[in-house]
Amino acid sequence: MTAPFLILAALAVAGTAAAMGLRNGVHCVLALTVGFAALAALYLQLGAQFVGFTQIMVYVGAVAILAVFAIMMTHHPGLIEAPFSRNWLWGAVIAAAVFATLARAISLGTASAPSAPPEPSATVNQIGDALMHRYILPLEIVGLLLTAALIGAVIIAIDPKDREESE
Amino acid sequence: MSSLQSYLLLSALLFSIGLAGALTRRNAILVLIGIELMLNAANLNFIAFWRFGPHPANRPDALTGIMFAIFSIAVAAAEAAVGLAIILAAYRHSRTTDLDRMNHLKG
Repeated sequence: MTAPFLILAALAVAGTAAAMGLRNGVHCVLALTVGFAALAALYLQLGAQFVGFTQIMVYVGAVAILAVFAIMMTHHPGLIEAPFSRNWLWGAVIAAAVFATLARAISLGTASAPSAPPEPSATVNQIGDALMHRYILPLEIVGLLLTAALIGAVIIAIDPKDREESE
Repeated sequence: MSSLQSYLLLSALLFSIGLAGALTRRNAILVLIGIELMLNAANLNFIAFWRFGPHPANRPDALTGIMFAIFSIAVAAAEAAVGLAIILAAYRHSRTTDLDRMNHLKG
């Protein structure tokens, strides 16, 4: 474990924990962007440049902004609600149990893992080449999925009154 | 503790934070964000195993970990868009995003 890993891991955990624990929804999403950015830096540190920049563009740039807009569109000023569910204790216990199970499996399962191998290379050139040859069919299917999902999202989110007027 | 182990432990912690948020928050949008966090933890696992796994040179599947993470990010983005659209449609119907009060299928 190195100092950059520890700093980035602390940032990621603090950002995501704040995102799940703060009361104000907009503050939650702002804390979430810190966590996502720290995760992107972790990807960069692991040598996956393309995935790191994709993480910044998709999560920090798109998903977090979309969530901020959704929270602001559904916000009632002056209405203060309890941020957590009535049976929040059960959720916390289940999450802690899942973490304990995973941590035990990790400490038992990878105890004999060898030290870090030389860093594998994944340049954008290689990734583009693989996407256009070996992974061309999954790429097409993901493109179709994204198109269908975005058209479906617009149709679901559009106001029924607006839809009638435009017809 | 090896490097792979520390990355896997961080990923397990992020997954548990996302799970706790998805199970305990009342705002539907924040529940969706918790699910996104769990997907991100899985992506971190893909990249960590790609980095620390065995790497025979010039194998055609040497980039599988990266590819899986990229496709997973694309699917997560589609999921976020559709999920937020469903939440907005449900909000228009019931005027709330509180999951404890969204407990009926018929308006």
